[in-house]
Amino acid sequence: MAVEIRLPTILRQHAGGQATVQANGGDLGEVFDDLVRQFPNLAGKIVTDDGALHKFVNVYVNDDDVRYLDKLDTKVGGDDVVSILPAVAGG
Amino acid sequence: MLRLAPDVYEQMVGHCLDGLPDEACGLLAGRAGTPKASVAYRTRNAAASARLYEVDPKDLLRADRDAEARGLVMLGVFHSHTHTDAYPSPTDVAQAPDPEWHYVIVSLKDMVPVVRSFRIVDGNIAEEPVVLDGK
Repeated sequence: MAVEIRLPTILRQHAGGQATVQANGGDLGEVFDDLVRQFPNLAGKIVTDDGALHKFVNVYVNDDDVRYLDKLDTKVGGDDVVSILPAVAGG
Repeated sequence: MLRLAPDVYEQMVGHCLDGLPDEACGLLAGRAGTPKASVAYRTRNAAASARLYEVDPKDLLRADRDAEARGLVMLGVFHSHTHTDAYPSPTDVAQAPDPEWHYVIVSLKDMVPVVRSFRIVDGNIAEEPVVLDGK
């Protein structure tokens, strides 16, 4: 199932400059695996090498922060929009 | 140089004062390709701390969507330092999310808030002038 993914400005350079891309998968983990297959320079930037969501990235399925859903196990369907935004933090 | 619409300056400093005793944070948006912030988003500090800030992820998404709907881009972040100078801390530098952004710091160390802005690129800090732009 192809899902729309909206990339933040800083990651677009790794996806040929595109702001919106499509990737296939039944859950977020699969979708991001497919995304990295298409754009290898995105490796490690959304999902770490340990297979967890990168802590400096916020991922939403539609309006929901996936930390409050099932994280990378969150199921996604064709009408869902996955948005990625960098964490904005400091001290 | 960062230009601020006067009401943006007011909202930014007001939000920082309202956040005391914790650090406050927010986002700045404007037209792409211009260094002028015409909108300030007063976001929650999810860290709820006097030493750290994290823009609440829900507020971040809301701000991002609103800016896009208005044809604007996010061009920076502001946050307060409650007891220290308006200068990026090591944490600010390490966690700066976007090399194209303007990083505004509002120091509430003294009675009169001090507002300074910086570019942070590859760990290098460069201060830039902040100008009120009422046009």
